[in-house]
Amino acid sequence: MVTMKNRGVFGSVFINSSRTQKIILLLMSLAVAVLATGCFIIDPNANQSTFEPLGPVADRQLTIFWWILIGGAVVFVLVEAALIYALVKFRRRSEEYVPKQVHGNTRLELLWTIIPAIVVIGFSVASIDALFYSADVPKDEPSITLEAIGHQWWFEFRYPSPDDPESEVVTANEVYIPVGIPVRINLESVDVIHSFWVPKLAGKVDMVPSEGNHMWFQADEAGEFFGQCAEYCGTSHASMKFKVVAVSPTEFDKWLSDQSAPAVESGDPLALEGAEVFKSTGCSGCHSLKTIARSGSKGRVGPNLAHVASRRHLAAGMMDSSDGAGNVNDAYLQENLRKWLENPSEIKPGNIMSSQAAVYTDPDKSLTERQISALVAYLTSLK
Amino acid sequence: MSTFPIAIPRPVHPTGLWNWITTIDHKKIGILYGVTAFIMFISGGIEATLMRVQLAQPELDIVSAAVYNQLFTMHGTTMIFLAIMPLGAAFFNFVIPLQIGARDVAFPRLNAFSYWTFLAGAVMLKLSWIGGATDAGWFGYAPLTSIDQNPGKGIDFWIISLQVLGVASLAASFNFIVTIINMRAPGMTMMRLPLFTWMSFITAILLILAFPVITVALIELTFDRYFDFNFFNVARGGSVVLWQHLFWVFGHPEVYILILPAMGIVSEVLPVFSKKPLFGYTTVVLAGAIIAVMGWMVWSHHMFTVGLGPVANAVFTITTMLIAVPTGIKVFNWIGTIWGGSIKINTPMAFALGFIAMFLIGGISGVMHAVSASDAQQQDTYFIPAHIHYVLFGGAIMALTSGIYYWFPKFSGRMYDEKMGMAHFWLMMIGQNVTFFPMHFVGLDGMPRRIYTYAEGMGWDLWNLVATLGVFILIAGFAIFILNMVKSWKSGPEAPGDPWDGRTLEWSIPSPPPEYNFKEIPVVRSLDDWWNTKQGGNVKEVPVAGGSGDEGHNIHLPQPSYWPLVTALGLFIAAYGVVFNQLFIPWAISIIGTFIGFVGVYAWSLEPVNDPDEDSAH
Repeated sequence: MVTMKNRGVFGSVFINSSRTQKIILLLMSLAVAVLATGCFIIDPNANQSTFEPLGPVADRQLTIFWWILIGGAVVFVLVEAALIYALVKFRRRSEEYVPKQVHGNTRLELLWTIIPAIVVIGFSVASIDALFYSADVPKDEPSITLEAIGHQWWFEFRYPSPDDPESEVVTANEVYIPVGIPVRINLESVDVIHSFWVPKLAGKVDMVPSEGNHMWFQADEAGEFFGQCAEYCGTSHASMKFKVVAVSPTEFDKWLSDQSAPAVESGDPLALEGAEVFKSTGCSGCHSLKTIARSGSKGRVGPNLAHVASRRHLAAGMMDSSDGAGNVNDAYLQENLRKWLENPSEIKPGNIMSSQAAVYTDPDKSLTERQISALVAYLTSLK
Repeated sequence: MSTFPIAIPRPVHPTGLWNWITTIDHKKIGILYGVTAFIMFISGGIEATLMRVQLAQPELDIVSAAVYNQLFTMHGTTMIFLAIMPLGAAFFNFVIPLQIGARDVAFPRLNAFSYWTFLAGAVMLKLSWIGGATDAGWFGYAPLTSIDQNPGKGIDFWIISLQVLGVASLAASFNFIVTIINMRAPGMTMMRLPLFTWMSFITAILLILAFPVITVALIELTFDRYFDFNFFNVARGGSVVLWQHLFWVFGHPEVYILILPAMGIVSEVLPVFSKKPLFGYTTVVLAGAIIAVMGWMVWSHHMFTVGLGPVANAVFTITTMLIAVPTGIKVFNWIGTIWGGSIKINTPMAFALGFIAMFLIGGISGVMHAVSASDAQQQDTYFIPAHIHYVLFGGAIMALTSGIYYWFPKFSGRMYDEKMGMAHFWLMMIGQNVTFFPMHFVGLDGMPRRIYTYAEGMGWDLWNLVATLGVFILIAGFAIFILNMVKSWKSGPEAPGDPWDGRTLEWSIPSPPPEYNFKEIPVVRSLDDWWNTKQGGNVKEVPVAGGSGDEGHNIHLPQPSYWPLVTALGLFIAAYGVVFNQLFIPWAISIIGTFIGFVGVYAWSLEPVNDPDEDSAH
C-alpha cells in the first residue's frame, strides 16, 4: 500500500492498525474529547443553568435535550472522523496520480438521505409529547393560576385574592409559589415583548402585548429560583430579573394573606415624614400602596410598593437585600433603597422613573438628602 | 447621430478612478463588491469586538447599555446585509460569467447600478452612527420600533437603507437569473453548470422571492412611524406578531441566501484539490433546490416561544428537522468527493475543509434547537449566537475566504503567499472555536443574549472572558489576511491561467482575464469540460494575457456609462430625504433625489453607443 514515512507518532500507530481499528480509535478519541469537554464546562450549579431542572417541566425539556445532544454528538463524531480519516488516507502523494473519476453512487446517496430523514422525524415525533406536556398545567391535578405582566424593565405579579373573587393581590418582581403544586402563569405585557424565564423550572414563553400567552411550572423543592427576561426589550433588558420563591403550601397561604393586608403605617417620625415626601414629590403617582386591585384592572406605571420591604430584592432582581437565609436585612435594604433613589439610572439605564419623574428631570425639584433618608425610612417600614 | 437631448457621449477612461466609477465590466464590479463588503466586514468586526470587550468581565462599563444595544443591532445588520450578502455578490459577479463562458452579464449597466445602490445603502446605514444608530435589534421586533418606543432617526435609517439594499439585491438577482439562463456558452446545459453557478442561481431566485416580504414589512413599519398607521400598534388593533411572521418568512430564506453561495464555493474547491469530480452532482444540485423550497416552511422555528401553541410548534419542529436532511446530503457528498481523491491541502482547500468541519457544528446545534420542546430553554440565550456564528462564520465566512484564495490568482493575476494563507487558516480555526464555542456553555447555563452586562456569580465569567480572548486571535488572522492580499496583489508572483489544474471554464483563460474574457466563446461538451479537455489530451494552452494587444479587435463589448451611478445617487438622495423628510421644505430632498434618479434612468435608456469601429481604429 502506501509508505509510512514522515507521519509522526499518531500517524504510525494509525497506519499500523487495521482499518476497523483505525476507525474505532478515531471515534473513541473524538467521543472522549467531546464528552470530557462537555462535563467540565457546563456548571449545573450556576444560578440559571438549564442542566439542573428542579421541576417537572424543565426536567422533561432537559431529557429531550439530552437525547438530541447525544444524537448530535454521535453524528458529530462520525462525520468529523470520516473527514479526518479521508484527509489522512487520501493526501496527495504524487502530482501525476489521477484518481478514478467517480461521479456518485445512487445507492449510497439514497442511504444517506433516507436514514437521516427517519432519524430526524423520529426525534421530532418523540419530542411532541413533551411539547404538549409543557404547554399547560396537567388537567387532573389541582393547580393555582397567577398573572405575570411585563413592564420595561420589571415584572408585575397578580394573584387571585383569597378573600374576594373579584379582586387580585398585586406585587412585583418576586413571585411566591407553593412547592409541589402546578402553577399556571398567564403572561401579559403593557409595552413591548418580554419573555418569562425561570431556567430551573421551565423554558421561556414570551409576554406579548394582547396575545394572552400562558405557561406553567412546578417547583419540586423549596427554594429561590432565578428568573430573567429573555426577549430583548429595550435599553435595560439586561437588568430585568425576578425571583421565584417556592415555599410550603402553608407558608404560601400565609404569605398571600400578608400581601393582601393593607400597608402598615409606621410610627417612626422619619418614616412618617417619608410618607409625606412619597405623596408630595409625586412617587404615589406611579407607585400604588394598595395591594388589592380589581381583577383585570391596569396596574400603575411603577411597581406596587405596599409591601416592598418584604421583598428580598430591589429593582427587579438587581439588588439583593437578603441575609442569605432568605430574610430581608433592613440595613441592606436601606442601603439599596438609598442607592436606587440617589441615581436609579446607574442601576437601570433608561428607566422611566429617572427619565420622567420630576424629582430626577427637574434639577430644582431633585430629592434632598433629608428627603431620601425619609423615603428610605418610610419604604423600609412597608413590611 | 442621436437626437437624444442630453446626448453625453459614453465615458472612455481606460484606467484610473474614472474607469472604476464608470465601469460596467463584471470583473471590476465584482472586485468593487468584494472590497466594499470586506470593509463593511471590518466595521462589523469592530462592533463585535467592542461588544466582546464589554462582556469580558461582569459589570464592566466600557460601553453604555444604549451603545451596546446599537452595537449588536448594527453588527447583525452589517454582517448579514453589508458583508456576507455582498461578498457572495462579489463572487457572482466575478465568477459566473467566466464559468458559463460569457463575456459579461446580461445587463451590464444594471449590474453597475446594483453595486452603486448597494454602496448607497451601506453608507447610509453606517452613517446612522452619527446621531445614534438603531437599537431595536437586526430583527427589529415591533413594538420596539414604534415611534413611541423609539423616536430617534436610527430606526428610520435602518428601514430606508434596508429598502435601498433591497433594490440593489433585487436588481442583481434578476440580472444573474437572466445571465445564467440566457448567456450560457453553447453546450453549457443547466446540468453542466458548475456547482457555484447553480447555487448562485438558486440564491438569486430565493432572493427575489424573499426580499419583497421584508420590503412589505418595512413599508408597513414606515407607515406606522410616519403616517400614524396601526399595523403593529396593539392599542389600536394591530399585531406585533404580524411583524415577526413577515420578518422570518423573509429571514429564514435569507439564511439560505447567505449559505448557498458558500456551499457552491466549497463544491468547486473540493473537487479541484481532490482531482475528482463532485460526488453526486445531481444530488447536490437537487439538495440545494430542496433547501430553497423547504426554507419557506420553517420560519416559525424562530418563534417557538411566541405562543403559537403546541400544534404549530410541533409542525415547525418536524419541517425544521427535515431541512437538516438536504443539508446533510451535501456534507456527505462533499466527504464522498474527497474520498478516494488525491487531496492537496493548500489555503483554499484548508478553508473549504474547515468549512465542513465548522458548519457541521452549526448544523447540529441547529437541529438541537429545532426541537421546540427543548428550544424553550435555548431560545434567546447565548446558545443561539453560538449556533449562528458556526453557521455564518464557520460556514459562510470560511467558505467565502476559501473562494477569495481560490480565485485570487484569477482576479488579481498574481499568486498569494501560501505560508501566510495557512497561518490565516489556523488562526481562524483556533480563533473562531475559542470565540464561539464557549457561547454554547454560557447559553446552556442560562445567559440570555443581547444583555449589555451580567452580574457576578452567575457562572458566566470564565467563558465570557475566553470568548473575548478568541476575538483577538481572529483579529490577528485577519491582519495576516489583509497583509497577504495587499502584498500579493502588488508584488506576488504572476499567476498562470490555470494554477490549480482547474475543472471549470474560468481556468481556461488567462489570469487576469482580458476584458472580453473569452477570445472565442467556448463550446461545452460535458460537465467539468475544461478538465475533460485536458485529460483527453487536447490540451489547449491557456493563452497568456496581454499578448498581441489587439486580439479583442472584433469583439463588441458593452461600454462604460455614467448613468447607473447617477441613478443610484438619485436613489441615495431620495432615501436620505425620506429620513429627513421635514428638513427645509417637507419631502423636498426626496423629490430632488427622485428627479435625479429619473434623469439617470432617462439618459440611461437613450444613451448613445460609441461607434465600436471608430473605437478600435486607433
